[in-house]
Amino acid sequence: MEFLIASAIGSLTAAGVYLSLRKRSFAVVLGMTLLTYATNLFLFVTGRLVIDQPPVLREGVTAYTDPLPQALVLTAIVISFGMTAVVVMMALGSFIEGGDDRIDLPRRDREGPGA
Amino acid sequence: MTPALIVALPFLGAALPGLMVRTSRNAAAIACGSFTLLALLGLIVNIPAVLAGEVVATRIPWMSQIGLDADFMLDGLGLLFGILILGIGLLIILYARFYLSQQDAAGPFFTYLMLFQGAMTGIVLSDNILMLLVFWELTSLSSFLLIGFWKHLPEGRQGARMALNVTAMGGLAMIAGCLLLGQVAGSYRLSDIIAQREAIQSSALYLPALLLILLGAFTKSAQFPFHFWLPRAMAAPTPVSAYLHSATMVKAGIFLMARLWPALAGTPEWFGIVATVGLVTMLIGGAIALFQDDLKGLLAYSTVSHLGLITMLLGFGTEAAATAAMFHIVAHASFKAALFMGAGIIDHAAHTRSIRRLGGLRTLMPLTFGLVLIASLSMAGIPPFNGFLSKEMMLEQAASAAGLFGAVATLASVFSVAYSLRLVAHVFLGPVRHDYPTAPHDPGAGLWLGPALLVAVVILSGLFPNATLGWIVTAAASAVTAQALHPHFALWHGVNPALLMSALAVAGGAALLVLWQPADRLRQALPHIDAKAMFDAIVGAAERLAAAFTDGFSNGSMSRALAAQLLLALICGLAAWHSGLAGPAARPMLPVTPVALVGWVMMLVGIGTLVALHRRRILALVLVGIVGLIVSVTFVYFSAPDLALTQISVEVVTVILLLLALNFLPKRTVLDTSDLKRGSDAFVAALAGLGVGGLAFAIMRRDFAFPSISGYMVENSYKLGGGDNVVNVILVDFRGYDTYGEITVLGIAALTIFALTETLLGGRGAHRLHQWVRDMRRAGDRHPLMLGVATRALLPLTLVVGLYIFLRGHNAPGGGFVAGLIVSVALVMHYMASGFAWAMQRQSIPYHALIALGVLAAGVTGAGAWFAGQPFLTSAFGYVHLPGIEPIELATAMGFDTGVFLCVVGAVMLALNSLSRIAREAGRDHAAADAAAPIPATQA
Repeated sequence: MEFLIASAIGSLTAAGVYLSLRKRSFAVVLGMTLLTYATNLFLFVTGRLVIDQPPVLREGVTAYTDPLPQALVLTAIVISFGMTAVVVMMALGSFIEGGDDRIDLPRRDREGPGA
Repeated sequence: MTPALIVALPFLGAALPGLMVRTSRNAAAIACGSFTLLALLGLIVNIPAVLAGEVVATRIPWMSQIGLDADFMLDGLGLLFGILILGIGLLIILYARFYLSQQDAAGPFFTYLMLFQGAMTGIVLSDNILMLLVFWELTSLSSFLLIGFWKHLPEGRQGARMALNVTAMGGLAMIAGCLLLGQVAGSYRLSDIIAQREAIQSSALYLPALLLILLGAFTKSAQFPFHFWLPRAMAAPTPVSAYLHSATMVKAGIFLMARLWPALAGTPEWFGIVATVGLVTMLIGGAIALFQDDLKGLLAYSTVSHLGLITMLLGFGTEAAATAAMFHIVAHASFKAALFMGAGIIDHAAHTRSIRRLGGLRTLMPLTFGLVLIASLSMAGIPPFNGFLSKEMMLEQAASAAGLFGAVATLASVFSVAYSLRLVAHVFLGPVRHDYPTAPHDPGAGLWLGPALLVAVVILSGLFPNATLGWIVTAAASAVTAQALHPHFALWHGVNPALLMSALAVAGGAALLVLWQPADRLRQALPHIDAKAMFDAIVGAAERLAAAFTDGFSNGSMSRALAAQLLLALICGLAAWHSGLAGPAARPMLPVTPVALVGWVMMLVGIGTLVALHRRRILALVLVGIVGLIVSVTFVYFSAPDLALTQISVEVVTVILLLLALNFLPKRTVLDTSDLKRGSDAFVAALAGLGVGGLAFAIMRRDFAFPSISGYMVENSYKLGGGDNVVNVILVDFRGYDTYGEITVLGIAALTIFALTETLLGGRGAHRLHQWVRDMRRAGDRHPLMLGVATRALLPLTLVVGLYIFLRGHNAPGGGFVAGLIVSVALVMHYMASGFAWAMQRQSIPYHALIALGVLAAGVTGAGAWFAGQPFLTSAFGYVHLPGIEPIELATAMGFDTGVFLCVVGAVMLALNSLSRIAREAGRDHAAADAAAPIPATQA
């Protein structure tokens, strides 16, 4: 089971990195979304894999999974929504203002106002 | 008043002019002046205690683990500097009020001035060397703002940059030196450090620490060869020069040397470096000052020279020399600040500071002439003013030191006399001229009162040194040398070598002034060393190096920079893995279940398809949704119901958001990368995937290396937090501070989106947006009736579900985050079903307000704990028993969770709302044109 999860995290990361290295904004947004999944899962599994022991206290139950990574990941999920929204908005803004959705710095901007 | 409060007062005062952005100069000056006066009074009430030999201290524990505590102390040395800083500060505020013109932004000016004053007071009252460093850097920063205050003057900006570069560079060295010193002494508390003379001086780290600290002190106090920044800083408004560059900031380096004197002084290294640098600075500064044509330039180099004098005295390492240094600090501050203010008065009246264009002002500005004359004579060391006393003491010490000190000090005094007399002779004496830029006249009381008070100090402390300054100089010198000293100051010591050297200096100086014209011609014939050119060359070379490095690393291609970062991260990770101590992979693996296998296959297929087809964007979005769903299922499968709920609701809003955005973006990604680029990207991606996956596997195969703190949380979730859902209790209680920060960040992100939208709709993009042509066919009915009715019917139900999820969150999966997302989804559905305008008409709460309300609610709940005497965000809970139903739990955490809920709803809705507004604006021109055109009957 551990191998399945680890390979899924690895695949999510690889796909996320590959898409993040594209040159158009939408692909990068997709890549970052995948990287978010990968990171959240990675953080989550640092609590180790545990089945059927949710960290909700019940009478007579003594074994619970690690709640701490879950709390960390929960806020991470919400924050990553905020981040995705900002990035999407920036992508949209640059497309509408600049007319294309390339993410690289155009040559004229790179060389500065003097050039 | 405690030293900590005295330090805090100027900072509090700094907020006032900033708050009253459009204040008049009067309001700003009075606000600052009253805080300065209050701090000064705070110092004064402590005088009896300090003179009785006490050290008044405030100790506030802060981060004691790393040796950083907010410790403040007030001893004789701190008192002397404190009175200088606050007393002269008060005069400067008065002077600046009348110096600044109506066009100058008085608010920011006084804010910077107070910031500087607070930082300076912090330096001299700190008892923790790390705190001192922080204040030290603050003086560099605030002086940068002050020097460059007239932003429109290029020399102001250049001077500010140079001052910051030099002093901040020295500050960095000093940080290293102070850390070394703290290491050797085993404490960062100053009073501990200075008590450990033997341990420090016998340590192998003594010399490196000394060199680094001196680098900081020398750059700050403009000692040779770092003296060049001070004259360039004269582009500052004159009140700044008078305050920072005569009385206070440049003396910070001196203060540090005096403060650490008991620990560092007395070694051959100390004497060799400090006394020699001081002597050289004194001589060079004096020689350059003589030939300055700018009034403030002359004063600046003269300051350099006098700072050299004080440095040299401290370098001698004897008690008498330290006493002389303390006396001269006061004497120099009094006459030099008066002279700077006098220079400002002349500049104000005649509109020039060039000595060559002045002369004959004696009859036109008699009052100014009197003030400048007395201050100059004191600077020259003529009796009976205070400058004479300190110069006599200095010459006496120099004469008794080894080598050439006596001779060179006398030569430096010759220059000192010459430039002081030149200041008087070339500006005030001589015939009245007729070509002043404007007609000079004496100023109003606001400008002359400050220098007049200082000149009174110059006279009185010269005539009655023991009565006026004896007490404080004695206290300061005793604090510096850590011994009880009882010096006696007198104008007349009989005929001794010092008097003869002094007489020689006066005669030589007068002769040099007579011969000034030929001497100036000689100087002009000599080769000229331009410190600015050298400095610019060094800075330019550093800039080119940095630019070459940056350009080589990043050529504007995001993907290239990212790949480089990833590879570096991989290398670091690999190195860490090899140098770390991972235990054996002993944790048994869980058996693979068929359900998990199916999920895994779906996930991999989803990812693979997504990568292969990502250029078809709408399809890619669907695939991302699928992958996200499997992630949620994974959470629920591995005992994380809260995460699954959150993930699935975030998934919904994310997809809606991306769909809204995709409306305007191209629907396909064009293929514009080469096979090679895609191959190498795939290679980097594969490495990253292997790294992260491998690490995850390695972690899962091992047990915790250290006992986890999670056990504590599970055990105490109910006992301390009153909740059964441990994850929720962690969020709203144990780690409430983190959550508080996170909802704030979420709110900021939403506001950023709002601001971006505003810019977009208001900027040149708006026109493009209005012209936008749809690139996809629209649905026939934009707001289908069925969907509209269904969402309206569902709304109450969804809200109830949201409320339920929220309320049960403390004890079962749910809580503010999830409830906020669910309610947002319910609201967004209305946008989609019934249209933006329809939805906006029916809701009146602005989303910004929800965000603010949320953060506020969480903050107020947290602050409520203070009233129960508990730290911020401590929660309390209890049970209410109502007849007929089960006990109801009421917890303060619920208030906090309400804040989370409101913030999440506000942030999500504001983000989606912003995108919807763009959608509304898009294609407006066409819509207007369509509406205006008559609709053909066949199409209607």
